[in-house]
Amino acid sequence: MTDRELKIQDKRAAQPGGETTKSEACFAPHVDIYETDQEVTVVADMPGVRVDGVEIALEDSILTIQGQRAPQTQTGRLILEEYECGHYLRRFTVAETIDQENIAATLVDGVLTVRLPKVVPAQPRKIEVKLG
Amino acid sequence: MAFVRFTDRPAFRNPWAEFERIRHGLDELSRSYADTGRGQGRANVYPPLNIYEETDKLVITAELPGVKTSDIDLSLEGETLTIQGKRERRQADPGVSYHRREIESGGFSRAIALPSKVNPDQISARLANGILTISLPKASAVTPRQIKVTAE
Repeated sequence: MTDRELKIQDKRAAQPGGETTKSEACFAPHVDIYETDQEVTVVADMPGVRVDGVEIALEDSILTIQGQRAPQTQTGRLILEEYECGHYLRRFTVAETIDQENIAATLVDGVLTVRLPKVVPAQPRKIEVKLG
Repeated sequence: MAFVRFTDRPAFRNPWAEFERIRHGLDELSRSYADTGRGQGRANVYPPLNIYEETDKLVITAELPGVKTSDIDLSLEGETLTIQGKRERRQADPGVSYHRREIESGGFSRAIALPSKVNPDQISARLANGILTISLPKASAVTPRQIKVTAE
């Protein structure tokens, strides 16, 4: 569907657990979440975040995705500002039991993909009915 | 797509300066009602841009997550820079069920009227971690020249 025009999506501010000591902006990244029989996949847009700035945690079935943005290196007078730079933070409650050991994440072109494999893959079970 | 704030230019010798000032004031007024972002100029064409001006160059940055280098097309025509490209939708495997779908895909095209003349041969652009940075060195005619003051 490349014939569609991309629209600007508003950046939503994210609330960290407590108030931050530094006055840095923090946004909730836009995400896609999809599920297969084996795993739950979370895809998040995090432009400006490097691999070492990503933190993923799963505690008490709450998935926290955090992206620390590399510090601004741009100098000069800002003559047009249409977007704000900030860190990324978003939390989700994961209903499924996740295999903590095998969580895998990749970061490509500013897009983070987190794969959360389910503990017990729901195998379709067939119950055969025998003739008595 | 002219969105350069002319009011940032020096007001002297500009017969429209007063009108610009009034218009700027009205813009400011309407903006304060519309959004709460700090000094954020609203863009209505994707992608939103930040433009930095240094003494010898202009730097344009844009957040383009999920866009590949091969899918971006930059061109300069006179003093208009055009950014075009597309974001491909990820191929979803069959049998997945979506819980959330906030990431959009599609094409984009934006033309920018550059606030000063640039040297077209020295423009460079790079895409790192979903951020496009375009560096446009100013043409030598508009680069400020330092003039030494010597004591007699």
